[in-house]
This record gives sequence, structure tokens and C-alpha cells, in this order.
Amino acid sequence: MTDPIAGRPGGPSLRQRRQRAAFWFLAPMLFALLCVAAWPLARTIWFSFTNTTLSNLYGGEWIGFDNYLSMRTLSSGRVVWRGTLVDPAWWNAVWNTVRFSLISVGFETVLGLIVALVLNAEFKGRALVRAAILIPWAIPTIVSAKMWAWMLNDQFGILNDILLRLGLIGEKIAWTASTETAMTAVLIVDIWKTTPFMALLILAGLQMVPRDIYEAARIDGIHPVKVFFRVTLPLIKPALMVAVIFRMLDALRIFDLIYVLTPNSSATKTMSVISRENMIDFDKFAYGAAQSTLLFAIIAVFVSAYIWLGRVDLGGEGSK
Amino acid sequence: MTRHKLLKQIGFYALVVVIVVFSVFPFYYAVVTSFASGTALFRVNYLPAGFDLRNYQAVLGSKNFLYSIGNSLVIATATVGLSLFLGVTASYALARVRFRGRGLLLMTILAVSMFPQIAVLAGLFELVRFLGIFNTHWAMILSYTIFTLPFTVWVLTTFMRDLPVEIEEAAIVDGASPWIIITRVFLPLLWPAMVTTGLLAFIGAWNEFLFALTFTSTESMRTVPVAIGLLSGASEQEIPWGPIMAASVIVTVPLIVLVLIFQRKIVAGLTAGGVKG
Repeated sequence: MTDPIAGRPGGPSLRQRRQRAAFWFLAPMLFALLCVAAWPLARTIWFSFTNTTLSNLYGGEWIGFDNYLSMRTLSSGRVVWRGTLVDPAWWNAVWNTVRFSLISVGFETVLGLIVALVLNAEFKGRALVRAAILIPWAIPTIVSAKMWAWMLNDQFGILNDILLRLGLIGEKIAWTASTETAMTAVLIVDIWKTTPFMALLILAGLQMVPRDIYEAARIDGIHPVKVFFRVTLPLIKPALMVAVIFRMLDALRIFDLIYVLTPNSSATKTMSVISRENMIDFDKFAYGAAQSTLLFAIIAVFVSAYIWLGRVDLGGEGSK
Repeated sequence: MTRHKLLKQIGFYALVVVIVVFSVFPFYYAVVTSFASGTALFRVNYLPAGFDLRNYQAVLGSKNFLYSIGNSLVIATATVGLSLFLGVTASYALARVRFRGRGLLLMTILAVSMFPQIAVLAGLFELVRFLGIFNTHWAMILSYTIFTLPFTVWVLTTFMRDLPVEIEEAAIVDGASPWIIITRVFLPLLWPAMVTTGLLAFIGAWNEFLFALTFTSTESMRTVPVAIGLLSGASEQEIPWGPIMAASVIVTVPLIVLVLIFQRKIVAGLTAGGVKG
């Protein structure tokens, strides 16, 4: 890369030169993002209004909103609704996604808070604990799905063995195969895998709380539980909110864990899973594109909420 | 009073033990399983039952698994290189130069990092087909920048913004061009942040599943997660758990070692991306 603005005495001012240089430094990154994000997103949305198929990507015709919702009156006078918005499989996936996101993020927040409080205390072996909780985070999702699939195996799984020995269950449970427990299995693995991330984000917030506050409360003889709810929690609320929304966005788009742990189970199929299935496996490319567009719209609402709630200091104007 | 205190201590350490066991046990159990084969595999062993290397021989003896490791290494390294190169120059502009629309631009980049990957899948599939890179490394290198690049730009920008103005001023007075300023002044200071973001981008690329699953079609082109995810036997009853666990251990141990070595940097990077905003 050559320098586009090598010193030209008497030319434009330093400020102008810097701004022009800034443009050239930004251009490659912006071009890359345009290629991998903006353009594919626009194409996905466009595909969702066509009848494109996987085998004939360029043969699609514009069909308006038919992939989303269409109404046809039969000659008998009966009205037939079609499209993903009246597709029970889609609403099942929406419900699964929402249920999964709310429960997993709820548990992760509470457990993450507990782990963060433990790590914020000073005790022997703290470094060791922090190293230990990083392990689930470091393990690739697919690998953790397989590890847990083995532990949750109905015949030879260690979890059934433990529960049987403790007398908590009467007979072995087919965790991943049974429709009643498939979601629980997915939740267990997700909570195990992502609680560390949550704990670390919350811990960062906790460490910004000045220590003398606790000291003062201790001298005043205030009960630690009261201190937690009245002092600590309000102070870490911003960090907590950001962490929750971050995790929420991640949970809403979950794909890999469910695809590997409970393949083809309608009890766990999420919006991402069903979109890809239609797009790639069932050759309903445009229909899948419509479903992924809907997921995008839902997440876009959440992102706006994040930016609004976080009131992020984006330009750094406040800190300078 | 002291008894009360002792009970509290015991309770606290019990909690610590629960956290550690819960975090480490699945991995421990995978290691135990990976060293068991034959009938030992189908007994529930809480403690290592033996030291049988047959599962490892099976995995490492399969050409396709070795290819997968190679694929993942090439793809993750190239992705990191690309995002760091694009990220450093862009974040210099975003952090150190004032221009109109900077806040909006940063907000857009942050929004891209929260994209659901499925939303771009159809469009990327078309692009990958159009460029003729379906089932090649390039398909993954290109598509992975969607999540590594925004993150890299974001963290490097926050880092660079906090560096004092003075370090740049001297260079500007000397008439150094922005390119010189980046390579001579900022790059040496940026190393710690680059190690963090590079490592996180590497882990992200190494673990990615959806794009790798969709953009590859032959077994020899699969990345590690796809290879492990699709490793299966002839039927439901014949899932090769031993080799799957051995493969899992092989690809996880380097990651765990990396994470433990760089844990401080990683935690700093995660919180910069998350909390600092």
C-alpha cells in the first residue's frame, strides 16, 4: 500500500490531510464489510420476495409477500392462507427460540452473578478457579455438544448413572432423543458453556465498584445481603444489562449446539435451524430466506434496544 | 461467632468446589473416555480405567481428520491476518481522526457484529457460488470476516482511543504521514491489543460451524467442528464415541492451553468488547 498523502507542503491543511487519509484507511474495511455483510443481507431480503431455488439461484421470479403470507380464495369460496406466518413449524421454532433464550439467559445471569461474586472475593486459589471457569468457554461449541451428548447418552451416559445412584430417577432418561427432555438437555449444555462468559463480564463490572463502599457498610453493620441489593446491584446494573443483551442476541441466533446435540428434534428446532433447513436441505431457498429475514428483523429490534439502553458513547466524545 | 464464621468459610469453599467441578468435569470425562475402548467404553468410569491409545490412533490415522485440522489452521490464521490488517488501519482512522459520521459508523460496525449469521447465509451462498469459491478455504476466510472484523475494529478502536495524544504529536510535527504514524508509532504500542483480538478472532474462526457446514461439500474440505459434528457411525447405535472423544480432546487441548496462558489478555479483550462499549 502506498501512502496516498505523502507530505505536500503548501497543500491542504493538516486536518484535511488527516481526514483524507482516514478515508483511505477506512475504505478497505468498509469494502470488506459491504461484501460480507451489507450485500448478502440485501440479497437475502431480496430472495425472500422471490421463488428462487437452490439449484437455480438466478431463476427466481418476484412473488411479493407470498413467502411470508398470501391469501387465496378457492372456487368453493374457502379462503386459504399460506406462507411462513401461518406455518405451525415456524411458530414452533419461534416459541422454541424465545423459550430457550429467556430460560438460558435467565439462568446464566443468576449463576454468572454468583460466580462473579465468588471470584470478586479474595481467597486462596482464586486464580485457579478463574482458570477453571475459562475451560467451558474455550471448548468449541460443537465439541461441548458432543461431550455432553456422550454424558447424556441414555444407555451409557454418566448423568443417568449419577442420577440413578442418587435415586433421583427411577429409570434411564433418553435426554436428547425424548421430546420432553431435549430442550432441558440443550439448556444444560448452553448454560454450562456460557455462564463463564457472563461471569467474566459481570466480574469486570464488580471490580469497578470501589472497595471502600463495602468497608463503610461493614463498619455501619449493614447485612451483606442488604448491601448486595442496595449497593452492589444498582452499581453493576449497566454492566449487567449489557451482558444480558449481548447473551440474548447470541441466544436468539443459536444454531450449532442444537443442530449437533438434538438433530431433527421439533422440540428444540430454533429459527436459525429451521431457516437453514428450508434453505439448504429442503430446497425451499426463498422460503428459508424469508424466515431468516424475520429473524434478522427480530434481532434488529434487540440491537436498537441495546444501543438505546446502553446509551453507548460511540464516538468517544464523552471520554475526551 | 467463630463457629458461625467457620460455617461460612466451609460454605464458601463448598461453592468454590462446585463451580470448579462443574466447569471441569465434562472435559475430564471426555479425556477419560478417550482413553477407553472396547467394552471399557460402555462401563461408566468415574476414574481413568486404563490408558488405551486406540481411539487416538483411529482418529490420527484418518486422513480426513488431519486434513480438517489443516483446513481449520489455514482458515483461522488467514482470517486473523486479514481482520488485523483491515482492523488496525481502520481503527486508527476511527480512534484518532475526527470526522463527521464517526459515531454513526462505529454504531453500524457494532450492529454488524450482532448480525445473526443465518440472515446473510442466503446472500453469502450466492456470493460464494458467484466467485467460484464454494468448497474452498476462501469461502470460509471471506465469510468469517463478518464476525471477526467488527469485533477487531471495535476493540482496537477502544484501545487506541485511550492512548495519549502526545505520542502522535511529535510524529506529526516531524511531518510523518499517517501510514508512517500507524506503522512506526502505533503498531509497537498496539501489540498487546492485537494479541488479544487476534486470539479471540482465531478462537471464533476455529469454532465456527454454520458457514463451514454450508460452504463445504467434500469430507477433505471440512473444518474441525464440521468433521467432529458429522462424525457418525453406520447407525444410531454405532456412534463412535471413543474416536469422537479423542478428536475432541485433540482439538481442545491446544485451545485450553492458549486460553490459560493468555487468560488475562482474553478477559481484558472480552470485557473491552462487551462492557466498555
